[in-house]
Amino acid sequence: MRRFSWFNATSLSLGFAFLYLPMILLVIYSFNESRLVTVWAGFSTKWYAELFRDQEFLDAAWVTLKVGVFSSTLATILGTMAAYVLVRAGRFHGRTLFSGMIYAPLVMPEVITGLSLLLLFIGIGLDRGVFTIVLAHTTFSMCYVSVVVSSRLATFDRALEEAALDLGCSAFSAFRLVTLPIIAPAVISGWLLAFTLSLDDLVIASFTTGPSATTLPIKIFSAVRLGVSPQINALSTLLIGIVAIGVITASIVTKRAAVAQARDEQQAARTA
Amino acid sequence: MRKAVLIALPYLWLTALFLVPFLIVLKISLSDIALARPPYMPQFDPAAGWQGFLTFLSELDFENFAFLATDDLYWKSYLSSLQIAGLSTLITLGVGYPIAYAMARADQAWRPTLLMLVILPFWTSFLIRVYSWMGILSNEGTLNTVLLWLGVIDTPLQIMNTPTAVYIGIVYTYLPFMVLPIYSALEKLDDSLLEAAEDLGCSQLSAFWLVTWPLSRSGIIAGCFLVFIPALGEFVIPSLLGGSDTLMIGKVLWEEFFNNRDWPVASAVAVILLLILIIPIVLFQRNEQKAREAEG
Repeated sequence: MRRFSWFNATSLSLGFAFLYLPMILLVIYSFNESRLVTVWAGFSTKWYAELFRDQEFLDAAWVTLKVGVFSSTLATILGTMAAYVLVRAGRFHGRTLFSGMIYAPLVMPEVITGLSLLLLFIGIGLDRGVFTIVLAHTTFSMCYVSVVVSSRLATFDRALEEAALDLGCSAFSAFRLVTLPIIAPAVISGWLLAFTLSLDDLVIASFTTGPSATTLPIKIFSAVRLGVSPQINALSTLLIGIVAIGVITASIVTKRAAVAQARDEQQAARTA
Repeated sequence: MRKAVLIALPYLWLTALFLVPFLIVLKISLSDIALARPPYMPQFDPAAGWQGFLTFLSELDFENFAFLATDDLYWKSYLSSLQIAGLSTLITLGVGYPIAYAMARADQAWRPTLLMLVILPFWTSFLIRVYSWMGILSNEGTLNTVLLWLGVIDTPLQIMNTPTAVYIGIVYTYLPFMVLPIYSALEKLDDSLLEAAEDLGCSQLSAFWLVTWPLSRSGIIAGCFLVFIPALGEFVIPSLLGGSDTLMIGKVLWEEFFNNRDWPVASAVAVILLLILIIPIVLFQRNEQKAREAEG
């Protein structure tokens, strides 16, 4: 064990202060009575009340949620299939193009993805709205899902699957009974990643939406373009809170699962 | 048979919604702007048959690219995007390396918590994290208020709407992308190598420089690309924190499309941006491959 020097302690505390201070300030000022951001005029929750009375925000939240659930579910199915193909299908015609199309959207600037999809939708005369945003979000987030799932598939022992097949499973039930439970954590985190990406996306949604569908990021962006707004601070606080609870719960669950697994393995080793 | 379906579904999806749209961008970048709906020409008319296709082809040209080369707004935007993305990548490295280093040196029991604290902002909305700086950096914002109160400055600093604000925004939002790969490289580092170096007469500093730094290089390179590539085409940060004189190509493309409604020029801007990005992407891929081979 090497000593943990004051230098390390300083860089950690400064680093985390830098990461968290802006968000903490945002949360504090969301409870500010005054409309002016930096003048503290007492504690108040009126911006939250105002937020929940604002029909436009509620509509946008609903659209965002719909788009997020549909696109991340579709992306998880397609992305898991793509991961399976990448890791298991071996050689086939057009494999290079396939893996290229999986990795390219990850590094493609959002403005280009958005522009190109919009031009496609206009070209084929598709009405823009929730549906086109779902198509767009599914396309880029399935690539993230497939990267997450394929890294799990690559480390997974194929002998387990072969054993299931030898014992009389059909290919599909071997997948359902053996492979899926093993890759499930990766599939779930893929879904969560896709959902977060969809919730978060401003640029691609702005390009691919029509007048009928406004998502929360589009609404936030147009509200803050001209300056800080206490209502947006309140909304941000809610979103930060949801994410924090989600991430902390997830990490506790995974930690418990890891501890349980270690205990099971120990027990198995003792009985063997 | 089943395998064919498994391959076909994601394949067709990506072809239809990734490859084809990009080919459309490529085609429109060779077209001319027109006062029509859609606002460009020539239009391809399948009814005109082969002859129509040939005239369609003959009407495509590189005029937009020539225009980009002559109008200095565009090449200035490309250069300043490269400069902003490059410099902020270096700053992020400077800020991120000590954090990753300290995390890797921290007690084993603390590491999962520290790791979670770095990942947490990544799950939080990007837009909100950029927005949080607007309240800090503006003229009557938190930073100026504190500095005025401390008596460090007499008049508020103008940070908002300057390139400085854009640098801060990029470093802040992309910091986790720098910390995580460096941390994972440093975590694998064997302490006995450092002890050996010190036993052989290295000072702590030169042990760091001769052992730790080279062994974390793959993490550093990965982190730098993970920051540089998305920062280059960034739109949200320059449009919220930057001023009208902060040129970044993502914002120029957006304005060309939505404000000027010049689709062909916007498409040409996109094509050039992608050509610029190919170089760092290929280098990044090579680095990843090398790291994998070194492990395997």
